[in-house]
Amino acid sequence: MKSNRRVFLKGSMAASAVGLAVGAGLLTPRAVLAATWPEKAYNTKGFDESLSDLFGSAGAPTESKDVTVKAPDIAENGAVVPVTIESAVAGTDNIAILVKGNPTPLVANFKFVGAQPFASTRIRMGKTDNVIGVAHAGGKLYMAEKQVKVTIGGCGG
Amino acid sequence: MSTIKMRISTAGDVLDVKSLIQQAMESGRVKDKATGKLIPADFIQTMTVSVNDKTAVEANLSVAVSKNPYINFKVPGKKGDKVTIAYTTNLGKSDTATETA
Repeated sequence: MKSNRRVFLKGSMAASAVGLAVGAGLLTPRAVLAATWPEKAYNTKGFDESLSDLFGSAGAPTESKDVTVKAPDIAENGAVVPVTIESAVAGTDNIAILVKGNPTPLVANFKFVGAQPFASTRIRMGKTDNVIGVAHAGGKLYMAEKQVKVTIGGCGG
Repeated sequence: MSTIKMRISTAGDVLDVKSLIQQAMESGRVKDKATGKLIPADFIQTMTVSVNDKTAVEANLSVAVSKNPYINFKVPGKKGDKVTIAYTTNLGKSDTATETA
């Protein structure tokens, strides 16, 4: 049962990637107003690839106590998992949220221009996994993770 | 009627901005039960929070953010400052809302 579901998710991934490409094409002229969406980083299936697409050659993240990931121990519904990421690393200018086991690991990223390196939101998780917070400061990456047990996955239907 | 709801509380020189956006955040992976076809992806890609027209946070979201996204930021500012939230979806739809702290 569970393995069937994963296969379905993988199959539908390819289809959605095409849709995304079309959407991004339509978006280009509007990119003047808002920041651009790093499409490659969000569409890749690899954790390391997402990070290198997003942050360039910042290298692998080192674990740090200065990055805090707040999330529940058990999430009954994987479609709504509250997550708070905060960084105490000096000079943090970007924070990313990732879930390795999701079809695409990168969930969201926040670039801070004068705001506090803090972001709280609600995310979807396919299965029990670690929520990873990555902070970018001074050209280096720092990370922290927290395991969340998911009873019902929230990625497909 | 804007799709963006905002609540701002002041704490010293920091504004705590809590926002709730009405958006389906369709992942493109869910099947429509009636037709058996995949519901096309429709989600917020970029979002900016600015204080007095100066950008404070630039966020990129994806399909892994829950439906009707709730997002909480802490931006610099004081009472009386204008906070603006703007977003754009993958289908090119956008909305903005401004509120005074």
